[in-house]
Amino acid sequence: MIITIASREVRSLFLSPLAWSILAVVQFIMGYLFLGQLDLFLQIQSQLLAMNEAPGITEIVVTPIFANAAMILLLVIPLITMRLISEEKRTQTLTLLLSAPVSITEIVLGKFIGIMIFILIILLLMALMPLSLLAGGTLDYGMAASSFLALLLLLASFASAGLFMSTITNQPTIAAISTFGLLLLLWIVDWSADFTEAGSVISYLSLLNHYRPLLEGIFKSSDIIYYLLFITTFLTLSIRRLNADRLQH
Amino acid sequence: MSVTDEILVSVKGVSRFYGDLCAVNNLSFNIHRGEVLGLLGPNGAGKSTTIQMITGNLAPSFGQISINSIDILDRPKKAKQHLGYLPEHPPIYKEFTVDEYLRFCAKLHHIKHSERQEAINIAKQRCSLNEVGKRLIGNLSKGFQQRVGIAQAIIHSPPVVILDEPTVGLDPIQIREIRSLIRELGEDHSVILSTHILPEVTTTCDKVLIINKGSIVLTETTEDLQKRMQSSSLFVGFHQAPNAEELHKFAGVDSVSTTKEGYFRIHHNPDIDPSEQIVLKSVEQGWRLIEIRPEQLSLEEVFVDITTTEEHSSINNDDVMVEAVYS
Repeated sequence: MIITIASREVRSLFLSPLAWSILAVVQFIMGYLFLGQLDLFLQIQSQLLAMNEAPGITEIVVTPIFANAAMILLLVIPLITMRLISEEKRTQTLTLLLSAPVSITEIVLGKFIGIMIFILIILLLMALMPLSLLAGGTLDYGMAASSFLALLLLLASFASAGLFMSTITNQPTIAAISTFGLLLLLWIVDWSADFTEAGSVISYLSLLNHYRPLLEGIFKSSDIIYYLLFITTFLTLSIRRLNADRLQH
Repeated sequence: MSVTDEILVSVKGVSRFYGDLCAVNNLSFNIHRGEVLGLLGPNGAGKSTTIQMITGNLAPSFGQISINSIDILDRPKKAKQHLGYLPEHPPIYKEFTVDEYLRFCAKLHHIKHSERQEAINIAKQRCSLNEVGKRLIGNLSKGFQQRVGIAQAIIHSPPVVILDEPTVGLDPIQIREIRSLIRELGEDHSVILSTHILPEVTTTCDKVLIINKGSIVLTETTEDLQKRMQSSSLFVGFHQAPNAEELHKFAGVDSVSTTKEGYFRIHHNPDIDPSEQIVLKSVEQGWRLIEIRPEQLSLEEVFVDITTTEEHSSINNDDVMVEAVYS
């Protein structure tokens, strides 16, 4: 049942021009960044050869690409999650799901998995660029995989927050703006953390603080757990939110 | 069409509040297999709220609803398998074709892969959608979209079908088709039909439930309602009209009013029909009777009568409620 809802979500996404244009724009920008990074590597290659323990191509090309991708997708993910529930509320198609023998948990998980399939497509297209380097060299696979995992977890967190925001309103644009606001706040929350007493707690909440180590190949289970908790929290909130619509306030 | 004793929908003492506003107040009724129930009421009477509660889209504040003896709150997934629901706005995905959409609905309702195509074909045929299967729903006319909505509600042939204003936006031929479809469904399913179009109720429903301000003001079989519509007034016309006082003298006549030259409306005691006497007297006196007919109240008038008289509704309310529960 979850799969049915997820596959409908993916179909609907690809039936609208939105998904295609997002894929195209993201791919274009990432391609540009990739080429820039590659140029930089070629320029400093001779200096690197002279260095002891010089950073490899993975660190110079792949890691920055994924770091920039997170910023770009922070802008893009709200646009694809905004419609998830709010559009169905607005066109009153949510009734179809709510009166079918499907639980609200299944609806929310189905939507989430649907959007994750789309995100995986973005990620795989993006991963093709570093992988193309294999034609002329070799990569630090462990590090590349860690970067990939980091971005996947980060985007899943973005998507779960976007899904929750989409359950709150029936205006997709409001869902997009609030998702963007929330994510950006969580991204930059550690900037001001140094000046306050609760600094360490606040900076622990920052999405960025858990992203960077993973990206650099430092695999800490606490970071993974942070993301999993983040995703579970927002999915649970979405389920509760949809349930609350049925109940009396 | 056979109404059996098997109760498919049971609503017991259901209330629903929106904040302080009581939208539905202590509603109770049962629907048996093979029964078509017409749900009537003015705007804001609580029809949609009632329907949303039965379909599990809203949780009742108090009371119990069960579908096919399965409680909708305790086991919602099981109960919803027995439901087909067409909301006021058909819940259609405009970017899908009719076939794709119906396939998705069939999957949602756990129809097995091997039976899916068959179910889609039957639903399409019943709603005459065969020619538009490959077209995008968004490009279809309102009437076709409405029919897609109905097809979605019956695709899993549920025992209980709930249709909220199904004939809105259809042309007269389609309306007749849909009505006969509803009658057909009523043979082995239960159907709840909410509508504004009153004649629809008399032609398609077995039982009528009128709701006003969240309470039941009337539950009657359509036959009884027809009887209620037999009113107690006569319309008569003469070439050589007598005085109104003359007409007043007949036994059972309560009042006489002149409508136009030579024509009268005579209100009489429902138990005494003075028409025969009038005809005899007319021949005797040479009034040259040209027209005489009993006037029938339209369902509209009955409806307005029931929903607008406050005292009437509140007095009747309790009796009706009891009757509804035990009927």
